[in-house]
Amino acid sequence: MQDASSKGSSVLTKLLYNSTWRGWLFQALVLLAVIAFFVWIIGNTVDNLQRLDKKTGFGFLDQIAGFQILTSPGVSFMGYEAGVSTYLDVFWVGVINTIMVAFIGIIAATILGFMMGIMRLSKNSIISAIATVYVEIFRNVPLLLQILFWYSVMITTLPAKRDQLSVFGDLGGLNKTGLYMPQPIFADGFGYVALAFLVGLVGCWLYSKMATGIQHRTGKRPMGWPVYLLLLIGVPLAVFFLLDRPLSWDIPVFNNEGPILKRGFERETGMVLKPEFLALWIALSVYTASFIAENVRSGILAVAHGQTEASQALGLRAGLIQRLVVIPQAMRVIVPPLTSQYLNLTKNSSLAVAIAYPDIVSVFAGTALNVLGQEIEMIFMMMMVYLILSLSTSLFMNWFNGKIKLVER
Amino acid sequence: MTNQTSRDIAYLRTEDAPVLPPPVDSIGLIGWFKKNILSSMNDFSSFGAAVSSVFYAVLTFGLLYIGLSLLWGLFDFTVLSAVFNDPEGLKRGVCTTVAQGGVAENAVGACWPYVKAKWQLFVYGRYPAEELWRVDLVFIMLAVGILWLIWEKAPFRKWVGLFMLTAYPVIALILLGGGKADYEQSTVGFFLIAGALFYLAGVLGLRDKLGEVLLAFGGGVKVFGIALLVIGLVMLFLSFDYGLEKVATDRWGGLMLTLVVALTGIVASLPIGIVLALGRRSKLPLFRVLSVAYIEFWRGVPLISVLFMSSVMLPLFLPEGTDFDKLLRALIGVALFSSAYMAEVVRGGLQAISKGQYEGAQALGLNANQTNKMIILPQALKIVIPGIVNTFIGLFKDTTLVLIIGLFDLLGIIQNTFADANWATPTTSMTGYLVAGFIFWLFCFGMSRYSIFLEDKLHTGHKR
Repeated sequence: MQDASSKGSSVLTKLLYNSTWRGWLFQALVLLAVIAFFVWIIGNTVDNLQRLDKKTGFGFLDQIAGFQILTSPGVSFMGYEAGVSTYLDVFWVGVINTIMVAFIGIIAATILGFMMGIMRLSKNSIISAIATVYVEIFRNVPLLLQILFWYSVMITTLPAKRDQLSVFGDLGGLNKTGLYMPQPIFADGFGYVALAFLVGLVGCWLYSKMATGIQHRTGKRPMGWPVYLLLLIGVPLAVFFLLDRPLSWDIPVFNNEGPILKRGFERETGMVLKPEFLALWIALSVYTASFIAENVRSGILAVAHGQTEASQALGLRAGLIQRLVVIPQAMRVIVPPLTSQYLNLTKNSSLAVAIAYPDIVSVFAGTALNVLGQEIEMIFMMMMVYLILSLSTSLFMNWFNGKIKLVER
Repeated sequence: MTNQTSRDIAYLRTEDAPVLPPPVDSIGLIGWFKKNILSSMNDFSSFGAAVSSVFYAVLTFGLLYIGLSLLWGLFDFTVLSAVFNDPEGLKRGVCTTVAQGGVAENAVGACWPYVKAKWQLFVYGRYPAEELWRVDLVFIMLAVGILWLIWEKAPFRKWVGLFMLTAYPVIALILLGGGKADYEQSTVGFFLIAGALFYLAGVLGLRDKLGEVLLAFGGGVKVFGIALLVIGLVMLFLSFDYGLEKVATDRWGGLMLTLVVALTGIVASLPIGIVLALGRRSKLPLFRVLSVAYIEFWRGVPLISVLFMSSVMLPLFLPEGTDFDKLLRALIGVALFSSAYMAEVVRGGLQAISKGQYEGAQALGLNANQTNKMIILPQALKIVIPGIVNTFIGLFKDTTLVLIIGLFDLLGIIQNTFADANWATPTTSMTGYLVAGFIFWLFCFGMSRYSIFLEDKLHTGHKR
């Protein structure tokens, strides 16, 4: 090697040993290889599609879909009806169902995960042992198994269709066909209540700014929680009653008497969460919460113990130490892995296909694909949905992470 | 030590005071209870403290009650009201009540005779019964190899590790599949001859025998040749006749298939992941862009869509007539997917190597490849072993997804046995899920303990 470079004198040798030139040569070669690879794949695909005489293009989105979809948030939101709605509607039903289950899964997993993570650090051995057992069990069992397990629990142990397990008194109940709850019906003017809530939220923000200002000037912070509660709940409530209560509830009707086939919950009354949805929701939240609990625990442990001791030396109470010193610093460590847990939950919601909850994979890349057989377009659309969800979540969380990260010199 | 004069002073003690035992309530069970449980709920000095004490008491005993009743429920289901034996061969009858057409007096819990009857299916799938020793041999080799690698004082660990990563997968494939793969001889020959030629050209080129171009790029040509040779050799070995009966992959199943998918995923993803991680940190923009695009794409989509893609779209992407079996398609999907995750793990290790290591290597006159091969990767890979184990745990759990594309892994085959009318009882599915859950839990929990042990060993900083 050594003597080669010294004896080389031709232009070619000089170029070959010039690292910049060499870098470009390598990149050009790799680029050529990548392009050739994709050309080969696309060529094959075109050949195969012609040979199999398959339709291509996105024209199928305007066709009418003829199959029923399980009652789910997407179906009621899009007003889907078999034989009327198009495949584009099917796509949106799937997207909404995916987002819906991921969204409420994220909320539940966050609450449960933070609870378990904090409990695991408790000085009370019983509490920490229970949290440890929880984490070690649910983290180490495949999610798909957990989904199937909860689904099987629901359809084997719950009361049958003509019976119910009362959970909200007369307001609804639970049986094999789902969880029945009152459905809110918003009358005209409910928008003003929502607006009042937003105003209250802005008010809270302004008030906390003002309170900080007063604290800086006088050293005393004015009253906090009562004012926030008044702004957040009092103002919307006042508007609500002023507008003569623009909200009513459609309560599910349960027939206990009469002909046997008419017993059970009456159709089209109340709001129902199907067992598929419940099983998926519970499994996703419980599984992801076990990972979040570990992130929370390691985040809190990552705050140096000297911080707690210093706050004790300053005379802060235990609660204030947690709220003002430990948790803000722990959040910096917790947020990045929390983001990837949220993304994992969103992606894992695709396992819905195993219990036929109509999410994007199950209803669009499953049912609709089987009817139409246009694999390339449909799987492409499905993957795009997940990529967009993933990238937008990580963009948002990066922004949030940037807000709370340590400001360094 | 004692001074002679001190004896005369009356008030000086001449012997040690007797050692008293610690207070009764600070040791033993009571002490443990006071310190670890009562201490959070016996402070009533102020209103706030009293509220918190009551809250803790309610929380502790409430949770304890829930936990114990769940535990009792599990114990009752698996032991007390479970059926253990089926001496008369009644099958479903032994686990169902009289009203359900069986012989049991009360509602029964777990139906263990069902597990006993289906156990072979759970572990081996539909593998031919007389060939099971081959699977057992693969299992035993795996267990011995892994124990050897875990046991730190074992001799020849490096060689065993190399064996497990290179020869073992091939041997396992031959044993499980039976060899006699019908590759076209021309294909195998092409790989072998081309590989040998490239390798030779690389070696000779590096010795300055074949001109300037090959002198400059000999290393790359050599590596390319080795890759071709490896593919050719694997194909060659798989196509020999070892006197074993051929077992098609659609008869593979159960725990065996789970292990095959997970291990293939991890073995295939390691080299691809290392290349991608190096690419992501490369100075050349194209390599960086390609690596980032690959990693972010596969990490952004769920595994199930990758499996759908590889089972539905892969046949469309390849020339007409290329026919893969279902398992290979799933394996390709799993390898593509897990290599993106592996790349991120390896990148974490690369980032942890200080810049001084690169500068030291440069000062010694090593080029980029040598720096990576001899200085950076050995250190980086060592510190990411816990991360690799964690990725493997994730992959191991994710293998259950292959049931959605119609392969019968452990969970898939258990799910499949629920359809057997001979064993259809109200508790069959729960028993099956419990068994599957316990097996998966055992593997994953064991691996996570090992990963924690490694982390503790590598993490030698201050601890509180």
